[in-house]
Amino acid sequence: MTEFFAFLYLWGDAFTFLVLSAMGLAIIFGMMGVINLAHGEFIMCGAYVTVLTSRLNLPLPLCMFCGALAAGIIGVILERLIIRHLYHRLFDSIVATWAISLIVTQGTLIFAGPSIEGIKTPFGSFNIGGYSFSTYRVVLMAIAVLTLIALYLLFMKTKYGVRARATIQNPRMAQALGVDTGRIYSLTFGLGAALAGLAGALYAPTTTTVPTMGSAFIVQSFVTVVVGGANALVGTAPAAGILGIIQSWLGAAFGQTIGQIGLLVTVILVVRLLPKGLSGVLSRGGNG
Amino acid sequence: MASWFAWLNGPQTLGNGRGFWLSFSMVVLLLVFLPFFADEYLVNNIGYFFIWVFMAMGLSLLWGYTGILSFGQTAFFGVAGYTYGIITLNYGADYGLTFGALLLAVALAAIVAWIIGYFMFYGGIRDVFVGIVTLSVTLVLETFMAQTAGPEWAIGAARLNGFNGMSGMPPLTIPWPGEDAIFLEGRTLFWFLVALVVLVYLGLRILVNSRFGNVMVAIRENPNRVEMLGYDVRRYQLIVFIIGGALAGLSGVLYTTWGTYITPSAMGLTAAALPIIWTAAGGRKDLTATLVATVFLVWLSQMLAVKGSQYALILMGLILLVAVMLAPEGFVVTLAKKIARLKAGNSQPAADVPKPKLAESSPPP
Repeated sequence: MTEFFAFLYLWGDAFTFLVLSAMGLAIIFGMMGVINLAHGEFIMCGAYVTVLTSRLNLPLPLCMFCGALAAGIIGVILERLIIRHLYHRLFDSIVATWAISLIVTQGTLIFAGPSIEGIKTPFGSFNIGGYSFSTYRVVLMAIAVLTLIALYLLFMKTKYGVRARATIQNPRMAQALGVDTGRIYSLTFGLGAALAGLAGALYAPTTTTVPTMGSAFIVQSFVTVVVGGANALVGTAPAAGILGIIQSWLGAAFGQTIGQIGLLVTVILVVRLLPKGLSGVLSRGGNG
Repeated sequence: MASWFAWLNGPQTLGNGRGFWLSFSMVVLLLVFLPFFADEYLVNNIGYFFIWVFMAMGLSLLWGYTGILSFGQTAFFGVAGYTYGIITLNYGADYGLTFGALLLAVALAAIVAWIIGYFMFYGGIRDVFVGIVTLSVTLVLETFMAQTAGPEWAIGAARLNGFNGMSGMPPLTIPWPGEDAIFLEGRTLFWFLVALVVLVYLGLRILVNSRFGNVMVAIRENPNRVEMLGYDVRRYQLIVFIIGGALAGLSGVLYTTWGTYITPSAMGLTAAALPIIWTAAGGRKDLTATLVATVFLVWLSQMLAVKGSQYALILMGLILLVAVMLAPEGFVVTLAKKIARLKAGNSQPAADVPKPKLAESSPPP
């Protein structure tokens, strides 16, 4: 029983990490087809803002909210300034996000130094049958599930969600029916950036806050998005579930690096077998 | 000779005229004689710029000519660099063995490219995913090599050394009749690099101006149509990907021998961005532009790195951003086209006016 719980915990932890780090990337990709290579820097931004606001003795959840908000606002600004002008040149818009990533990482290195003092992991730990588990990680699992539910409701039940889905399906038709697609694009880019910022904010207490911290997240988020496919709502959670099993199993047996290599091999195999990812299989009859 | 020369020129490359080839020969001649009047530091440094040209031209072939956006050319760079280190640290440099190590390392990079390329292209994945998968490969390789610090991570006599990387490889040697081997160091290495750049550059020009090159460009423009015309698009993509991987591997080996070290960060996110920057800034759709831009930007980075590599990298990022926003064809290509237009405008103003061909071909009733 304890063994089972330990595995469930490991899997939940991997699942949570994959969902939180990939969701922002997946939503931007699903909406515009753009792989945001500055994704890691939005994560970094969320973490930095959280750490810096926590020094003002604000409550931690508020600091994390600030982190996500800051990343979101910067996302909207970048979309307006740069991404918007490259809509019809997909490759170029991806390369542009890489340029932003490079500038932001090195800029942070110059202005904030190689690292800043982080915050302690809250809540402590609990014991089950001789194993010690971090309470904070369990809280993160709950937050990941809540985030998924909130996104589902956002896209299915709100006016923005209807317009966003219409824009994904057929941007020209949506525009003809009066949807301001430009606004939808910039809001969605902001939402994706805010989710990346949230991931950074939530993991800020568990990792060291350094300018290059984003690169610790991006492989996992790339892999999840490729396995998940174009439909972020349908694909990301099952992809994270499956990849979480692989990563937690390999990671527990052979170490973190082998876990990551396992993910990479899985994604290369998935690409060969299911080029459209899980959402291509799960949403049959859709436009994939 | 004349027909061989004709293979080099064609619609897929800029600079086909007599003026271009004249200045090209001048530059090559200048480079050949450079070691006789320049100091050793300068010669070594220019050699260092040339090391990166192969990876950049490979990316130009992939991204610019065939429309395959690979973000992870550094993976092959690293694989070949590490392979060269492992072989030479185990077997030494006697009898020109390091040259064999170079060939083996480049071959291994090509094989890795083959395997990854097979899964990607025969899986039929979309262009964007090629970028993500290749970038993931190089980042995972970096993480893997960075954790090999322990003594258990050794292949024969070669310790992988984790984040600090491998060092102390012997320099390149070429087996030579009569002697044991020629050591490629200083001047000799420089000449070797110049010869290699010229050979690879001319070879790639022949490739892109051949029928194969036409298919490559057609795939970039419209893969579906090419498939309809009966070409196996996947096969062409795979072959180009292997060539690109081998070229990146060549850069990796040369880099390893030049500085006698290689570290995992050579495969990291920042390192992976650099070839993209050189290619995009020069003009990805032209080999010459890529070559010129790579040499110039590596030089510029080196100048700025004296003040701190952060500043150099910020400038590289800005150059990429400006190139993408304002000169999507690349600065060198845009400039070359402007000059060509000015020349044409000045010397032959009537060249653009179409002749009334129809009247000639259809006789009056």
